[in-house]
Amino acid sequence: MLAASFADFMQQVVAGLASGGIFALLALALVIIHRSTGVINFAQGEMAMLSTYVAWALITHHGWRYWPAFVAALGFSFVFGVVTHRVVIRPVERGNLLRVVIVTIGLLIGINGFVIWQWSGEPRQIQSPFGSDIVNIGGVAISVQDIGTIAVALGMVVLLWLLFQFTKVGLALRAVAVNPEEARLVGVRVTWMLALGWGLAATLGAVAGLMTAPSVGLDPNLMQATLIYAFAAAVLGGIDSPLGAVVGGLLLGVGLNMLSYLSQYELFDWFTEELRLPTALLIILVVLLVRPSGLFGHAEVKRV
Amino acid sequence: MTTLLELDSLEARYGPVQALRGVSLTVTEGEVVAVLGANGAGKTTTLRAISGTVQRSGHIDFAGQQLKGGPEAAARAGIAHVPEGRGTFVELTVLENLKLGAYVRRARTVKEDVRRVSEYFPWLVDRGGQRAGTLSGGEQQMLALARALMSRPRLLLLDEPSLGLAPMIVREFFRTVRRLNEEEGLTVLVVEQDARIALASSNRAYVLEVGRVALTGSSSELQGDESVRRSYLGY
Amino acid sequence: MRIKRREIVGAAVFAVFAGLVAVLPAFVSDFKAQQYAYVAIYLVALLGLNVLTGYTGQISLGHGAFMAIGGYTTAILMAGNEEFGGSISGGMKDVWTLPFAALVAGLVGLAFGLPALRLSGLYLALATFAIAVAMPSVVKRFEELTGGSSGINLFGTPELTGSLTNVEILGQSLSFNDWLYYLCWTVALIAFVGAWLILRGRTGRAFRAVRDSETAAVSSGVSLARYKTLAFGISAAYAGLAGGLFAIANTFVNPDTFPIALSIYLLVGVVVGGLGSLSGLVVGAIFVYFLPTWVQGQDLGSVLPDRVIEETTKPGGGQIVYGIILILLMFLLPTGASGLFRRVGQWLDWRRYSRSE
Repeated sequence: MLAASFADFMQQVVAGLASGGIFALLALALVIIHRSTGVINFAQGEMAMLSTYVAWALITHHGWRYWPAFVAALGFSFVFGVVTHRVVIRPVERGNLLRVVIVTIGLLIGINGFVIWQWSGEPRQIQSPFGSDIVNIGGVAISVQDIGTIAVALGMVVLLWLLFQFTKVGLALRAVAVNPEEARLVGVRVTWMLALGWGLAATLGAVAGLMTAPSVGLDPNLMQATLIYAFAAAVLGGIDSPLGAVVGGLLLGVGLNMLSYLSQYELFDWFTEELRLPTALLIILVVLLVRPSGLFGHAEVKRV
Repeated sequence: MTTLLELDSLEARYGPVQALRGVSLTVTEGEVVAVLGANGAGKTTTLRAISGTVQRSGHIDFAGQQLKGGPEAAARAGIAHVPEGRGTFVELTVLENLKLGAYVRRARTVKEDVRRVSEYFPWLVDRGGQRAGTLSGGEQQMLALARALMSRPRLLLLDEPSLGLAPMIVREFFRTVRRLNEEEGLTVLVVEQDARIALASSNRAYVLEVGRVALTGSSSELQGDESVRRSYLGY
Repeated sequence: MRIKRREIVGAAVFAVFAGLVAVLPAFVSDFKAQQYAYVAIYLVALLGLNVLTGYTGQISLGHGAFMAIGGYTTAILMAGNEEFGGSISGGMKDVWTLPFAALVAGLVGLAFGLPALRLSGLYLALATFAIAVAMPSVVKRFEELTGGSSGINLFGTPELTGSLTNVEILGQSLSFNDWLYYLCWTVALIAFVGAWLILRGRTGRAFRAVRDSETAAVSSGVSLARYKTLAFGISAAYAGLAGGLFAIANTFVNPDTFPIALSIYLLVGVVVGGLGSLSGLVVGAIFVYFLPTWVQGQDLGSVLPDRVIEETTKPGGGQIVYGIILILLMFLLPTGASGLFRRVGQWLDWRRYSRSE
């Protein structure tokens, strides 16, 4: 009884790490954009979804193999992110907050519409690059896809970390987030760095989308729930902290799965699958009201 | 002795407010030139106009070429601007701040540049991994200067370096500036509120008043002229 | 209270507008009357949201939730739920539920306004967004009260005026849609005047002070907590009122009646109408209601070339246009319709002065 329970438990943990990894990627995208341009991009999920459709279209309509399509989709998302910033966001990012919010909402609506218009809203299938096998590790049944998702998410985070810590461009990006005026004085082309940030964020989102689609099916609403989980993760970790986004995402993913696991016991039997999203929303509210800066963020000092 | 920087009837505005109404000055290579004047006279704006951080019109010649564009262009042309308040990247480490100083340089000589710079600021090497925001005001000012040096600039712009610093530290700072000028031949244009130390550390000076050059001369002349000191320099 | 010339002009325009509203149903179809009724409903909600966002600068992406509260209050009171309270056995007539809808929503708004004080800008937007997304799930949870996923059906019940027989009023016999039109516009016009009165007085000045500079407002003795919370309460009450009307107009409520899209459209409506002014909100309400149909190529079929209609009527095409229009509007007309009105007014003033020289 205990052994079976433990196997279940570990399964949920691994699955939670996989979904958490996806949340972390999208949350990281949100954080990067907020840190550099001060914008909350409500269209982040739709951009990720669009890139996923691009990969799907390459595979299904043009006969590409999976990994080349994956890379192409990432490339597309990067360019799309850069162009979106330069064309749509840059003119409004400095002014009224509401204006920027409406612009990202316009992007959300427009991108969603484009996908429906181009490929119709019917659910599609995109294969998992990892197959659907289940392996047995120490008596615990774990899906290869979960392992693959964790690996890819981890890999992206590590790559990004390497970029930020050890390259000149990464240093410039961080400088722009910390002090854009000063960055200009040392010769950094700040506008391009901001656009680069959007490109990187879009790429992270694309990976999140591609990891999500195989199990839930591809349709225009693919990333809507994930976006909310990503918001919860970003708020939990601290909206300006990349580390917080990753930790927040993993905590959220594992935490929700823990609740699922515990729901077999009386104390937690009120928790149903339907409550996953509202729980995330509750987390957003509670964190914002109790400690708006999240786990790793800096408290904003507003003296009045 | 070549003219490195020449400003001709430079104007600058912040929106509707005209801050510079026609400033003309020159800086010769190897000189230390001070820009003095009361608050609001346009000293900081002059530097901002040179580095392109503020909207400007009029003529700027740098090393024989007309200077156009914003701060990125100025940095690439060889102008290093240390702004008011030091402009340190407080969340980054000391070493990262220095590396950013060398951003415009293509050569892979960052390690060597750091070594070179640390000859003037030896204590920086030990603090390389420290977060820049944890340094004291004086140390941050030195870091800002070191960062500016990393780009091997032809012209160094210093904006009110004495602001918020104890007199002893200010003296130390200007001593270092003079050393750099004498040993490396670094050309410096320094804007200062503290006219005394600025004149003591410079070859020539300009005094600005209401966005225009009111007075100019060699620093020793200005120091010696009591009426000038009283009416323009406040001491 | 001194009355300025501008206010007299404003009052005159209002009177003309009210007159037009009163006679319009005689000239348009029954269906169109219903559409215009919805415009009035959106106007009420926008009036409230404008107080919050345009006047105290607090961004809410969750006002659909307050509409839901108002809508469900109305529906519950009309349906007469025997399990709840027990004393409400028969239903309440639709019109009489409206003040309750506003009240309940307003109280919830006040309750939310207090903790919301700790949040600013984007954080508040996120928090309200979370509430709006969560609302349908919350509604489903309290099944006994709200009817769960199937909601509450009001059509054909005696409490819903005009649904079974025509309405006899002032010697006229009105169809349901015409009655709805007059109900909604009467409420909207009263609400409009109400908002105008609130905003022109000391409260309005305090609100504006909060928006322009919180620090300055505090140093002038304006209690931030009080006015920001008050703004939340007022805007929620208006939204609740609109929600009640919405329930009456739809003749039913269920969890899907108030989706997150509604909250988003409300915010869009306020920005498009122009923050901090009342006249532009009418344009905002028209925009919010009609644009989704216009971008489908409907109603504008004669104006646009066939090829364009073909592409936009394809599913998703309308959405693309909607998104593009939103973005373009933010580029070109950031101050919204009222900003445009103001500029036209300034231009007219300029013409008048330069001609008099």
